[in-house]
Amino acid sequence: MPVITYREALNQALDEEMARDESVFLIGEEVGEYNGAYKVSKGLLDKYGPKRVIDTPITELGFTGIGVGAAMVGLRPVVEWMTHNFALLALDQVVNNAAKMRYMSGGQFKLPIVFRGPNGPAEYLASQHSQALQTYWTHVPGLKVVAPATPYDAKGLLKSAIRDDNPVVVLEGELMYAWKGEVPEGEYLVPIGKADVKREGTDVTVVTYSKPLKVVQEAAELCAQEGIQVEIVDLRTLRPLDEETVYRSVRKTNRAVVVDESWPMVSVGSHVAWLISRNCFDVLDAQVELVASEDIPMPYNHTLELAAQPSVTKVVAAVKKVLYLGE
Amino acid sequence: MAERIPMIALSPTMEEGKILSWKVKPGDQVKSGMVLCEVETDKATMEYESPREGTLLKLIRQEGESVKVGEPIAWIGKPGEQVPDEPSPSRTAGLADTGQKGEMVESTRPAERGALAEGAVLAERGKGTTTSEASRRIEEGRGAATAGAGETGRKAPEGSSSAEEKSTFPLASMLSSPYGGSVKSSPLARKLSSELGIDIRRIPGSGPGGRVIKRDVLRFREAAGKMELQPETAFPIASAAAASSEQPPVDREIPVSGMRTTIAKRLSESFFTAPHYFLRVAVQMDALMDARSRYNAESPQKLSLNAFFIKLAAEALRRHPQINSTWKGTSIQIHGSIDIGLAVALPDGLITPVVRNCGGKGIREIDQELTALIEKAKKGGLKPEEYTNATFTISNLGAYGIEEFTAIINPPGSAILALGEIRKEPIATEADEIVIRRILRMTLSCDHRTIDGAVGAVFLRDLKGMMEDPFRIIL
Repeated sequence: MPVITYREALNQALDEEMARDESVFLIGEEVGEYNGAYKVSKGLLDKYGPKRVIDTPITELGFTGIGVGAAMVGLRPVVEWMTHNFALLALDQVVNNAAKMRYMSGGQFKLPIVFRGPNGPAEYLASQHSQALQTYWTHVPGLKVVAPATPYDAKGLLKSAIRDDNPVVVLEGELMYAWKGEVPEGEYLVPIGKADVKREGTDVTVVTYSKPLKVVQEAAELCAQEGIQVEIVDLRTLRPLDEETVYRSVRKTNRAVVVDESWPMVSVGSHVAWLISRNCFDVLDAQVELVASEDIPMPYNHTLELAAQPSVTKVVAAVKKVLYLGE
Repeated sequence: MAERIPMIALSPTMEEGKILSWKVKPGDQVKSGMVLCEVETDKATMEYESPREGTLLKLIRQEGESVKVGEPIAWIGKPGEQVPDEPSPSRTAGLADTGQKGEMVESTRPAERGALAEGAVLAERGKGTTTSEASRRIEEGRGAATAGAGETGRKAPEGSSSAEEKSTFPLASMLSSPYGGSVKSSPLARKLSSELGIDIRRIPGSGPGGRVIKRDVLRFREAAGKMELQPETAFPIASAAAASSEQPPVDREIPVSGMRTTIAKRLSESFFTAPHYFLRVAVQMDALMDARSRYNAESPQKLSLNAFFIKLAAEALRRHPQINSTWKGTSIQIHGSIDIGLAVALPDGLITPVVRNCGGKGIREIDQELTALIEKAKKGGLKPEEYTNATFTISNLGAYGIEEFTAIINPPGSAILALGEIRKEPIATEADEIVIRRILRMTLSCDHRTIDGAVGAVFLRDLKGMMEDPFRIIL
């Protein structure tokens, strides 16, 4: 099976869907002439022309709104945000229009639109450009939110997102674009709303999604050397949430750690931790632990920047805590 | 059936609570978990969530009233269901406050005496005594959960969300814990320990702050398992083999189950507080045995001998209500209903399923109920209301070839009848002839606080008479 990057996987998804359905188009800053700020849209302008790969000014609210309008009249826009930090400017279009129109029109309008771009901290980008903002989207009924952590999931989920008749927010990651993984050549879809057990284990369930998956996988390896078998549940979709896969795992291991790179307060992670506490109460042998980013604006200093995020050490410590090991 | 909803302990130390406001009114549909009323406890204002579903039929207590834990506050049942009248709650409360029951009963007109007498006994609840049906039921719930620490979990570890258990268990476990009030434990450890029938309070916790966690339960079980007696080798007749093996004999410690804890506590309490005395008679069983054989020959349902004993005892109790009583410290409770328990041996203890109201039932009906109860008991599925609060108990060791024995009174009853084996014996008749008769030797243990020797003796004489000549029942 070919090994390609996360970036290439997204590019394949866009390319395949644009070829399959001519109502699909890409709009955003630098998506055309520059081949994408992170080269996700490389080659698409040449292939599909400026009517379907549209460069915009630096106007997130404006071009996101154009996308919403286009979706309402039957096109299938893919709106690229250079990062989710900038998408804050487009919040109103997403929350008040995209998420509401289908409901408020009594189903007369469909909203087959995708909003995508890198989310979460990268490196050396300081407070304003290092934010994991998934909570903003996941909070809103009417939106779907996917957060693939591997090239395989990225391609399959983006294709599903483009074909979905509801607004779907896709969370990518700057540091993840270069991650490599096996992606089959033929067409496939990864369904929205399905979590994936990325590693089987018996002793503790670690629930995560998006970029921290790699941290969790490293931590699981370290734990395995100490004889602790970690089961990793990758949520993949944040809304709608695949609760059953999480519960099935926790019922097996009796312990849960949630790892989330956003801030800890009212986050996807804290919500999942609550769900587990509530719905797996009788099978839990320990409190549910949450490993999140520190509750601070991201420091520019690189040492502090790393210290502020979930790390292998923090995950291992949380795993041991719910297993009552060490201290 | 309509059920009384009792005041429960909404804080660990609450003894009574004041109903600040009702959140439901008669006729309302009530869901389990719905707030019934706000209650001011000794600590805070708490919401009392309904332990069951149904239609709120009646409020027994009004806003502003203080209610002792265990006393009924409302009826919940099916729409339109009739509920019996309660003794006037305000009067009951008043009596509880004055604490001068005797005097007040005396000074009341006869017409009111009944209600007041009951009120007086209700008022006694606070001192740990009961009479009325309402308080008896609560006692049942409490007794049930006393045994339940080990048992309820084993029966239904996860799904046991019956309203009764929910409402009584926390209260009861606090009241009955011989190891102190509460134990820190993980939900899984609690579930696991109850599935294994281990009282979690006995398990040392290794988690933060002494929290009992899964590994503690498993370690405890492992340690217990090593010491556990195998049923086949527990009392080996062929222990010579064990003795001759090379291994030196060692002491073993068996962890005490919840059921065993309850047995130990209740029977010690009974034996060391109730002054026992024993009356013994030999009964000629030929008439009864022959009659039973005749009935069983013509009926597909074989009537057990125990059903006959229960019925005959009930008839004798009906004639001697003092025996069917409970010592209350300042009063003696004569029970209206004759509820007879039969001791049934279980692999890990014993239990007494109770046939209610035996005075009003025939032998066939008693036998059917008994059979069903014993079957349930052996599966460990008896509900608390099916094994608590016998007003009289029978223990039959005849099947083990025991000639005669004495039994320890099973509270709250005042007497227990111990039955030995029925065996043929030579008997000297009035005419000085030696005849062979089937003889049963039985011993009545009585609580001297409630039953004087002569009272017990007359009862036993009449019981013997009815057993020898069952025709006397209709005399």
